[in-house]
Amino acid sequence: MTAATAAAFVPADVAHDGRAAKLGMWIFLATELLFFGGLLVAYAYARTHWPEGFAIASRRTDVVLGTVNTGVLLTSSAVIAFAVACAEDPAQRRWTARALALTAVLGVVFLAVKGVEYAHEWREHLFPLAGFALADVAGAGLFFLLYFVMTGLHALHLLIGIAGVCVFAGATRIAKPWATAPRVEAMALYWHFVDVVWILLYPLLYLVERHA
Amino acid sequence: MSSVAEATIDRVGDGSAAPAPSYLDDGHSLRSWLTTHDHKRIAILYAISITVFFFIGGLAATLIRLELATPAGDLVSHDTYNKLFTAHGVIMVWLFLIPSIPSVFGNFLVPLMIGARDLAFPRLNLLSWYLYVLGGLIVLVALALGGVDTGWTFYAPYSTMFSNSWVAVTLVGVFVVGFSSILTGLNFIVTVHTLRAPGLGWFKLPLFVWAHYATSVILVLATPVLAITTLLVVAERLLQIGVFDPAHGGDPLLFQHLFWFYSHPAVYIMVLPAMGVVSEIVPCFARKRIFGYRFMAYAILGIASIGFLVWGHHMFVSGQSLAASLVFSLLSFLVAIPSAIKVFNWTATLYKGSIRFDAPMLYALGFIGLFTVGGLTGLFVASLALDVHLTDTYFVVAHFHYIMVGGSVMAFFGALHFWWPKATGRLYPEVWGRIAAVLIFVGFNLTFFPQFLLGMRGMPRRYHAYPAEFHQLHMASSAGAVVLALGYLLPLFYFSYSLRSACRAGANPFGALGIEWQTRSPPPTHNFDRTPVVPEHVYDYAPPGPRPTRAPAAGAKAS
Repeated sequence: MTAATAAAFVPADVAHDGRAAKLGMWIFLATELLFFGGLLVAYAYARTHWPEGFAIASRRTDVVLGTVNTGVLLTSSAVIAFAVACAEDPAQRRWTARALALTAVLGVVFLAVKGVEYAHEWREHLFPLAGFALADVAGAGLFFLLYFVMTGLHALHLLIGIAGVCVFAGATRIAKPWATAPRVEAMALYWHFVDVVWILLYPLLYLVERHA
Repeated sequence: MSSVAEATIDRVGDGSAAPAPSYLDDGHSLRSWLTTHDHKRIAILYAISITVFFFIGGLAATLIRLELATPAGDLVSHDTYNKLFTAHGVIMVWLFLIPSIPSVFGNFLVPLMIGARDLAFPRLNLLSWYLYVLGGLIVLVALALGGVDTGWTFYAPYSTMFSNSWVAVTLVGVFVVGFSSILTGLNFIVTVHTLRAPGLGWFKLPLFVWAHYATSVILVLATPVLAITTLLVVAERLLQIGVFDPAHGGDPLLFQHLFWFYSHPAVYIMVLPAMGVVSEIVPCFARKRIFGYRFMAYAILGIASIGFLVWGHHMFVSGQSLAASLVFSLLSFLVAIPSAIKVFNWTATLYKGSIRFDAPMLYALGFIGLFTVGGLTGLFVASLALDVHLTDTYFVVAHFHYIMVGGSVMAFFGALHFWWPKATGRLYPEVWGRIAAVLIFVGFNLTFFPQFLLGMRGMPRRYHAYPAEFHQLHMASSAGAVVLALGYLLPLFYFSYSLRSACRAGANPFGALGIEWQTRSPPPTHNFDRTPVVPEHVYDYAPPGPRPTRAPAAGAKAS
């Protein structure tokens, strides 16, 4: 038996080196991409079949609030990128925590604005249920179904992101050992992904034929 | 992430203390099992739960074959029959086949084979099992209370307009089980990337690990599409408006595209791990280095990637464009190339080998034969013109059962016998193992070969009554199912018996060379007492000659 074989088994410790956390998050985001991808295929199908219906329905969305929200979410992504930069330096953990908290606040602002939009749409009978305002426009029902499913799933993802970012903000503030820089970065990757999804959804849902 | 794990490692770190207990003896309470983060214990939890689902799904199959023993629909009503084959399909596909080899053997063996302490995310692994059980229970409740009669494919508009609303609950269950698959796949990918033992390069990995890596990629990329599809069907079912409903401008074919984008790769989720198992068993019992190792690895990746591009061959008669059908047909033929590479390489591995026909080997050889039949008949149905005749007949049923049962389930049993001594520390009774293997092989062919003939003669799927001219073949099939059922029940008894028997297995009863055989049987919770030795070549079995009696052949070579 050689010295090497007699050595006690020391397993690789990935718990703290962060490689696993980041790789795991990238793979999870690949899953998420395909999840939203199915919806985008459905959207592509429906819009090519009902271009007029989609144009008419899209004009009923609130482009001002949608644009404001796009700005809010892009800002939040910049802020969390700042948090990741701060997390590199343990001495800056207060700034990391502050930036994460601000990210979460911006996420909540986004959801609040989205809630206001949903309320408008409910009052204008734009939910594709009985009494749908655009019932006589072919394809408009499909547009609003996809609108609510897509933005709803996006909002759900954002809600999970807000919860996660809040946990990291608290953990960084009190310097929990597990809140390492690579994990903050993995959290930020998720946040950026939710942002990127919105950047796709915004033109697809709000800007169809707006130029006309 | 795994502070418990670290504590364990520290305790055994110096190696001078008394040997740590095996993973089976590291706590006996129910709580210690249900809160475990140990990949080996989670594998056992999976093994128990999928066995339960396997027998429930088998019960449905038994009733189906019983009904078909006579031409008249006399045992169950056509409605009940529809619910039976749906239950059989849903349970067998999502609750047995998809998790079978990856979640049980992949979970148990991937960390051991790469010399790791555990998977990269042990807690996620446990969560994955809970999600699986939760989803499985939701599906069972829906099937038991309401019954779903859409078939396992849930085609719109059956599922969105005509079936009863339990279909929505079933889909929620499938959605949850899907999450479990995704988490398992994610865990395997990160584990193989980050936790390989020092010196264990990619092309030193056992093909079992390669197969699980490729399977995990499919799990991670295909399952989310199924998830969003089930959500859209549930939304359509509840709101009565949706993208699949032609009355509202939707398209039922869109459902088929999205569904098969998952469900065709899902076939490879079921069969790739099986190929991995066979690639471990064949070299060990032929005492030969596997033929064309690199090509075997590339073939796995080839099957996994081309497998994503062939889903349209399920839709040749659906009215999709002829151009699309032509491309899908061509691509389906292309899958045959890497598949054939694997079959030829296993066969070449046997050439001039010193073959022993132990039970695992019988299953592996059975797999090679049955997979070949299933694969070749796959080319029949991948041909555009022939498929028009064969679509929705028993030919298709026979074809996919040759792959899923003849392939995956055979390999599952092969794996069960091969790694049983490693997992439990006990030897199974070899004679009984061989009897069961032969029973399963004979019973399987007796059950499903007549179905090829039935299909060629035009017997359609999903009917509980049929013209008298088909009676003989159906009778043969039902008789075969009895033999098959016996073959499946037998291991349940002798495996249970072996747990109480005194036949203790050594670390390496089969003289195999994988890293998993370097540790004790059953392994300690922390997997290895000493740092495992990475062999120069994982399949470096001696050329024909005297069999090594102990494992350290590889270690001796390395030093």
